[in-house]
Formats: sequence, C-alpha cells, structure tokens
Amino acid sequence: MTTNLPQEFDAIVVGSGISGGWAAKELTQKGLKVLLLDRGRNVEHIKDYVNALKAPWEFKHRTQTTSAAEADHPVAKVEYFLTEGSTPFWSSEIDSPYEQAKPFSWLRSYQVGGRSLMWGRQSYRWSDLDFTANAREGIAVDWPIRYSDIAPWYDHAERFAGISGSIEGLPQLPDGQFMPAMEMNCVEKDVAARIRKHYNDSRRMIIGRTANITQPHEDRVNCQYRNKCWLGCPFGAYFSSQSSTLPAAMKTGNLTLRPFSIVMRLLYDRDRRRATGVEVLDAETNQTYEFKSKIVFVCASALNSNWVLMNSATDVWPEGLGSSSGVLGRYIMDHHFRVGAGGRVDGYLDRIVNGRRPNGIYIPRYRNLTEGENRGYRRGFGYQGGASRLGWKRDVAELGLGASLKDALCEPGEWSIGLTAFGEILPHADNRVTLDRGKKDKWGLPVLRLDCELRDNELKMRRDMETDAAEMLMAAGVKDVKSRDEGYTFGQGIHEMGGARMGRDPKTSVLNAHNQVWEAPNVFVTDGSCMTSASCVNPSLTYMALTARAADFAVEELKRGTL
Amino acid sequence: MAVAMGAAFVGPRLLSAGFVRGTSETALSFSSADIALLDEIADTILPDTKVPGAKAAKTGECIALLVRDCFEIEEQAAFVGGLAEITAAYEKRFGTGFARGKPADRLAFLNDYNRALPKKSTPASRRKEPNDWRCFRHLKELTLLGYFTSEIGCTQALRFVEVPGGYDGNAPYKPGDRNWFVEVR
Repeated sequence: MTTNLPQEFDAIVVGSGISGGWAAKELTQKGLKVLLLDRGRNVEHIKDYVNALKAPWEFKHRTQTTSAAEADHPVAKVEYFLTEGSTPFWSSEIDSPYEQAKPFSWLRSYQVGGRSLMWGRQSYRWSDLDFTANAREGIAVDWPIRYSDIAPWYDHAERFAGISGSIEGLPQLPDGQFMPAMEMNCVEKDVAARIRKHYNDSRRMIIGRTANITQPHEDRVNCQYRNKCWLGCPFGAYFSSQSSTLPAAMKTGNLTLRPFSIVMRLLYDRDRRRATGVEVLDAETNQTYEFKSKIVFVCASALNSNWVLMNSATDVWPEGLGSSSGVLGRYIMDHHFRVGAGGRVDGYLDRIVNGRRPNGIYIPRYRNLTEGENRGYRRGFGYQGGASRLGWKRDVAELGLGASLKDALCEPGEWSIGLTAFGEILPHADNRVTLDRGKKDKWGLPVLRLDCELRDNELKMRRDMETDAAEMLMAAGVKDVKSRDEGYTFGQGIHEMGGARMGRDPKTSVLNAHNQVWEAPNVFVTDGSCMTSASCVNPSLTYMALTARAADFAVEELKRGTL
Repeated sequence: MAVAMGAAFVGPRLLSAGFVRGTSETALSFSSADIALLDEIADTILPDTKVPGAKAAKTGECIALLVRDCFEIEEQAAFVGGLAEITAAYEKRFGTGFARGKPADRLAFLNDYNRALPKKSTPASRRKEPNDWRCFRHLKELTLLGYFTSEIGCTQALRFVEVPGGYDGNAPYKPGDRNWFVEVR
C-alpha cells in the first residue's frame, strides 16, 4: 500500500483518535482529500474486537492480567486499566518508553482509533466559568475563546457523537443536545433526592452524561447495557473513531487511511511560513516517506502532539515549531482523582438492578462558583460514582467456609454507594514535557521526558474532595461512611492536556483562537495539547467541538486563499 | 478515563495480596495430583449444594493456571511452600492426606485457617505472614474467582447474560433469587 499512495493531499491528519477522527470526518465531508495517519496498527470496527463477546469463562485467565502482559505494560497495570480483554488495545511500553523526571502514568493506545476505543465516555460541556477562569484569577493566560464561540460546535459534536444525559439547567455544566438519559437506580435516586434537599439544591447528583447512545443513531445500535465498552462494542453503541467518525469519513470517498505511520516531523517552508506536509516513518519497515498537503491537523494526543511540534522546524527554532513563545511543552495538566468516600445503604433489599449500565452518577462542581467563596484553593471538582448491591467478592467472614458461604454468595449482598472526585489542575509553567534526545524508542526516535507534579492548590483541594464526599453521603443517610485518599500519580486521569496552549498573543501561546500555530497558520493542533486550562470535567467532548470548529475555519480560509 | 464506580471503595479488594507480579511467566508447573488436591480444597470452600460446586467447575485447574501465569515469583514460592505446609499439617492432625480426608474434617481444618487470619491486613502486612497463611488467602480468593467466573458459577450459581438489552434500576428481588454476574471487566 505504501508505494502506491499519492504523495499529495488537501489535508493531512496526524492521529486517528477522538480528535483526529473528527478532523478527518469534517474535512472529508467538506470535500477535502484527506490522508489520515496513525502510528499503530489498524483496528477494524467489530472484526477486530476479538474479546468483545467472550463470556467470563472464555477468557483463559478469567480476565486477570498475566505477568507477561504486565511486563510489557508496567504503567497500564496500575489499578484497573489493564485487563486480560483490553490488553490488545494498550500499546507496548517497552517499545515506546518515556522518561519520568517525576512519576507520571502515561497510558497509550497506539492504534487506529487510539484511545477512543478505551475512553470513559463521560461527556460534559465547559462553561464560561471555565473559559474565563484564567483571566479572572490572573493565572497563566486568558483563553482566546468563550462559551458562545464553542456552543454551536458542542451542539454539532453531540448530535453526531450521540450523548445521553439529563437536562439540568446548571450554569456551570451547560445542557446539550442529549439523547434520553440513562436511568439512576433506586438507591441513587434516593440519595440524589436527599442531597438535593439537604443542600437546598446547591448540590445535585445527576446521571452521567455519556457517549453511549440510548436510541438507534446513524448505522449504530443503541446501548445493550453490557458494560464491556473497553473491549470494543459490536453494536457501535458508544462513540469511537471506528463506530462513528471513520465510517462517515470513508463514506465520502475522500479519505485515505495509513496505519503504521509515525509522523517524525512536519515539513516547514521558512520563507512561506507554512508547513508543506509531513515526514513519516513506517513503523513496520522503518522506511521514511514524505507526504505533501495544504493544511495539517495535528491530533496525535496531547503529549505526542507536543513531541511532533518539538521535532519539527528545528533548523529554524531549535526547540521546535511553536517554541518561539517559550511555552511549548509547558503548562501540562490532567485531572487528579482517586479520592472520595463510600458507605453502606440500609434497605432496598427487595430491589435489584437488571442490566449492566456502562455509566454512573455525576455530581457537578459546586465549589468556588461565586467570586465571594474562598475555600483556600482555586477552581473545583466533580464526583463520579454509583450505587450497587455487593456481589460474590464481598467479605462474609462470619459465615466460615462451605455450603453456607456458597449459598450466601449466590445471592446479592446489601447496597453500597461510592463517590470519586475529579479535580482541576492549574496550569503551571514548570509542569512540562521536553524531548530527551539522549534516549531512543524502538524506532530510534527521541522520547519525551515528563516532569509534572501536583502543587499546593491541588493538594488543598484534595482535602475538600475527601471530606465533602463523606459529608454528602452522611447527609444522605448512608451508613459506615469511610473516606479515602488513595494518592494520585500525574497522568492517571488519562486526561493529559496542555503544552501547546491556545492564547491571544504569539509571545505567550503556541496556538491562536482557531488552533492555528502562530508561526505556521496552516497547521492546526486540536487535541488536548491546545488546552489553556483544564476545568474539572472530562475533556474529550471539548476536543470534538474544537476540532470541528477549527476544521470549518480551515476550509473557509482555504477557500479564501489565505492558507 | 473509565467511570470510577463507587463499589471500588467498599468491600474487600480481591486478589490484592499476591497479584503484584514478577517480570515473566515462569516454568512453575502443577501435576495432576496437585490439581486434584486444589480441586478438593476448592470444593471444601464451595461444595456441591443445589448447584454443582468448585470441583465440578474445574476450579483446581484454574487456580493452578492463575498461580503459574499471574503471580510474581516470590508469591509463587510462598504459595507452593504454604500448600506443602497446609497438607502436612492436615496429615499430622488427621493421619491421612487432605485429598482422602472426610469432608467434615477438611471443612473444620480450613475453617481454622479462615478464623486465624487477621480481619484487617495490608499488602505489606500480608507479605510478612507465614507461608501457610499466605497460601490459604490465595486458595480462598482464587476459589471464589475461579468458581464464580466459571460457566457453572456464572450461569448456575449466579445469573449471566451476554446481552442484557436494557436496564432496570428498580427491579423486584426476593430472597433466594440468584444474583447477577456483573464483574465483566
């Protein structure tokens, strides 16, 4: 396939995950001939979801990971990320190492579709509380856009991706174009009502807004409540590049997809101040190729988009394309979590849940919503969680072993509920990534050095994240409430953001308000690397909207001849 | 990022003791006699009742496979050493091998271990326990895992459907109804 490819396209998209898939869809639907590159193998929708329909007993190790798999994924093995069924979707960490100046869990899925196959699917809009925060507080730089700039693109993204959720009328978490919401179970409804009453509606527990469709949509079947999304969905019921954007792009006849294509650098014409294409290393053959295009969308995932920029135009700027501001690679963010509370719920023993809902509850941010509030830290956090009856893993030590234990474990235990907080991380100049040219990956390419840590604001916030969770559960009548801070390692949120932030001034930002690199306006960077601050809500929906918005702008500019 | 479901914060964390793995699969192997012994131990923990027990679900084979492929080397050694201590203790007390022991004797014997284990422990404290305790913890946890993820466990002891097709968060339940198998990760 490699030698027969045309060498010139209207647009090249680097990366085929959530952002790259959206770029490919939007650009091909607007008539551009697009080359979509991904560094990993192809993953074909349905056909390559090899574990999706396996019953528990059909997994050789009953879904437990093996020592061999863990040796290849020393980071992904942490907590629940790596399972026997999902192992094929996590890329080898031995082939693609990175340097940890401080502990950093970088979870990667180098494959067509990227982490869109593995994502948590929680989909929330930002509000002006988020877009104005940096300016109000004098932190980092101001976002160059406001909610009104992106709102129509949220509409567009939600209508196509299919987001289910409830209309709540909360200013800090704007409503969207939702499919019917999933249902809270009986205990969640009870706890939600008690929290709402106790806090006079200033705190609310709602059903998660998730990219699982609850009605048939395009060629996709509505969610079947299997809760095995991370193995790939044969029904196409959750949004992924495979289920959604790639088929739409292919339908136009304008898409060329090339897997195993590691983009080594953007080709840069210093006289015209434009990128002319990309140089690609074939991950299988180690041969290099050049492809030319009028525009390039860099959607390689936040940290790898930083890598691509840092490795480009180094003859002009030693630190890479976009580095003249001095901020490229800086202000890296994530969401910090692994802190919250849980407890036991009395009653409801004549109730059970039928079906495996791939979604939980959400408590939108309620801290620091007004100027007057001072909790000793800036920004805020939200909670994810859920209620369920305990299963066969529960402790029934008092029964001893034998028939009584077996009989007990065949029936459900009592109800429990838990909350886990996800908090905003402030953009900090010293949370940064750099290229370590001394260390090479399997392909001889330099690796990233990650140097990020939580700072005072986040550490103070974690105290509220823990105590508030316990307080809310106790207020709702939950028994034996225990709070817990299990500690957090940067990256574990798998919401890496920043490094190539958007801004209003080329002296202090890498990208402008339309995600164009200041020094190369035909290069658009629209994945998590473009983020100027982090909010506390899951970011992927915002990448979809920003990408669609930038693609629309790019095509208009191409028509005007300005690129 | 996956939804962090609340249940992660309550209840015991199964398999937390030994599943800090080493760097490669090892040549550790279990003989058919070992697997038969593991079957008898598992079947003492979860015997035949109105539904078939752990032996019928081939839990011994599953335990051996998980210890071989998923345990770190040091924990494998603790398991194998501890298993030898447990069977020797049984023989000393009852004058016969565990595999040929009476069901009531076996149950009383394993229940003694079950009662002796500290209620509260951490990964670090468990590593300092004697091998027979460490082995017994694994035997109990792996028996539950192996059994309830087996076809018998999922479909006879519990209920499991691959494609539920819908969701009811407020369905009626009466004592005696089987629970759903939901641990599909």
